[in-house]
Amino acid sequence: MKAVDGVSFTVEKGRPLGLVGESGSGKTVTALSILRVVPRPGRVVGGEISFNGENLLMKSEAEMKGIRGRRIGYVSQDPNSSLDPLFTVGSQLAEVIQAHEKVPKSEAAARVLKLLQLVRISDPEARMKAYPHELSGGMRQRVAIARALAGEPDLLIADEPTTNLDVTIQAQVLELLKSLQQELGMTLILITHDMGIVAEMTEKIVVLYAGRVAEIAGTREAFATPKHPYTAALLKAVPRVDKRKQLIPIGGNIPNLITPPSGCRFHPRCKYVIDLCVSKDPPLEAIGGREVACHRWNELKLEGA
Amino acid sequence: MDAPIVRVKDLFKHFPVYEKGILMKRKVGEVHAVDGVTFEIVRGETLGLVGESGCGKTTLGKVILDLEPKDSGEVLLDGKDVHRTLEEGTREEKKQLRRSMQMVFQNPYGSLDPRMTVYDIISEAFIIHKHIPQAQWNERIYELLKLVGLEEYHAERYPHEFSGGQRQRISIARALATNPKFIIADEPVSSLDVSIRAQILELLEELQKREGISFMYISHDLSSVRQVSQRVAVMYLGILMEYAPADAIFTTPLNPYTIALLSAVPIPDPEKKVKRLVLPGDVPSPINPPSGCRFHPRCPYAQQLCKDTVPDFREIEPGHFVACHFAEQFQK
Repeated sequence: MKAVDGVSFTVEKGRPLGLVGESGSGKTVTALSILRVVPRPGRVVGGEISFNGENLLMKSEAEMKGIRGRRIGYVSQDPNSSLDPLFTVGSQLAEVIQAHEKVPKSEAAARVLKLLQLVRISDPEARMKAYPHELSGGMRQRVAIARALAGEPDLLIADEPTTNLDVTIQAQVLELLKSLQQELGMTLILITHDMGIVAEMTEKIVVLYAGRVAEIAGTREAFATPKHPYTAALLKAVPRVDKRKQLIPIGGNIPNLITPPSGCRFHPRCKYVIDLCVSKDPPLEAIGGREVACHRWNELKLEGA
Repeated sequence: MDAPIVRVKDLFKHFPVYEKGILMKRKVGEVHAVDGVTFEIVRGETLGLVGESGCGKTTLGKVILDLEPKDSGEVLLDGKDVHRTLEEGTREEKKQLRRSMQMVFQNPYGSLDPRMTVYDIISEAFIIHKHIPQAQWNERIYELLKLVGLEEYHAERYPHEFSGGQRQRISIARALATNPKFIIADEPVSSLDVSIRAQILELLEELQKREGISFMYISHDLSSVRQVSQRVAVMYLGILMEYAPADAIFTTPLNPYTIALLSAVPIPDPEKKVKRLVLPGDVPSPINPPSGCRFHPRCPYAQQLCKDTVPDFREIEPGHFVACHFAEQFQK
């Protein structure tokens, strides 16, 4: 099964990127591939991942260890499974710091305190001694973010960082991620299925569908003038809290990647399907600063948000 | 306005919390899951019930349907006292009442028996209630499948053969099998993918319009609540903070909690920059909730009065109820 099939995109420094897609679109596998931690039996069978000009796929495992955490941080969706329940928050964070750098215990502890302050955890001295189960979901996600930041990475990959959180806590975490980008000058890759979060948080989006790129564009351009029918259909299908609108559902189901549809993978659900879409896979075409994989992008007039 | 089909009056439900001692367990507190909730739903209306996790919205739904026993209070369905009928009514009265109210659960992977075909799942209601002669079962089942957007041949299949969205359609078909007047849908779309959610929301809207069924739509997702509801109740730690027509809730919310909740939701439009009211802290534990107004520890407008006195749940404008001492200052 090809979970990710020929996905190409670039992330510019300081320009937050959103990887958008539904379950099975390949967004998490793409992120894990960047870090070269795709779970077995999965593997990266081809392509290139260039980070600051270096190809990560050519690195040795030892070299990758210096890159993971140190230069690329990762925050997963579920802070419950990414934090070890047997160790205190402080010791887990100190472990990360000491794995990256040989520092004495006392300095590691001081840095842990700074990290917890950075992610705005109230009463950080007390929280250092707490175990993960003693913290709320939002607090745990802050700790997970602090851990990802421990190595002071240039790039932070956040995989659905707020999906398990309540709206008011989600708002706190989003605001935190926004300010951290400015304070630390790091670049964010945000993986999400929530069109509201991409709109708010990112400047550029990569829309994935069934393991392929459907469209890459500046976030504002993609929302205002989507070029791929899937992007446009998604925008029509999500309700918004600031106004009631006519929802237009996307018919059909998400395809099974073991036997993906022929031609364009979106064709069984696309309103604008023609014979060509069934027989031929559309290439990802570059059009004026954006890219789209649709045979008919040129003739379709698609409405935005 | 039409006569209410569901009337909930002063409903209470607390769960005792025990601590295990050496010899016996000792009660150490109570979870105030539902703490005096009053509202009504008129015929063919959808009430959206929003709140964060642990606020008691699912418990409220279950207590209304008597899937959890109530502590006190009253629920009237079409003028009949639900809990009294289920206790004292005749066998036929109880069955009839059970038929008229149904629930659709959040997780369509857990709520359908994997060993039953769709046909069995739906016809189970007919077996129990005997409200449809066996000769008409096939016809009715196919009719229900069509109503929820499935095909006749799906009847012979098992739940695992369906996608999440289709399973949720099956759950809805099962709920409809007893011809209910009132359905509680508890987070029916939150486990589904975005492109599938709209399909189910559309189906709910259609059922409400065409079949005249009243819904209580429980969700933490305010965008979808806006889409399907005519009235909205906002719940926090077991009580209603605000209850009003949907338009009023979303355009002129009068409770700071509602205001914060709305401003927390990201809007799928990059041109729209929201001014956000970020709430500090987490939702407090419903065991021993805060004094006075339960929202006061997180409320940016809290004053001494809010700490001391529980605000009344008052009708500040016709049909617009709010529990806040200072609701007037949010009126435009």
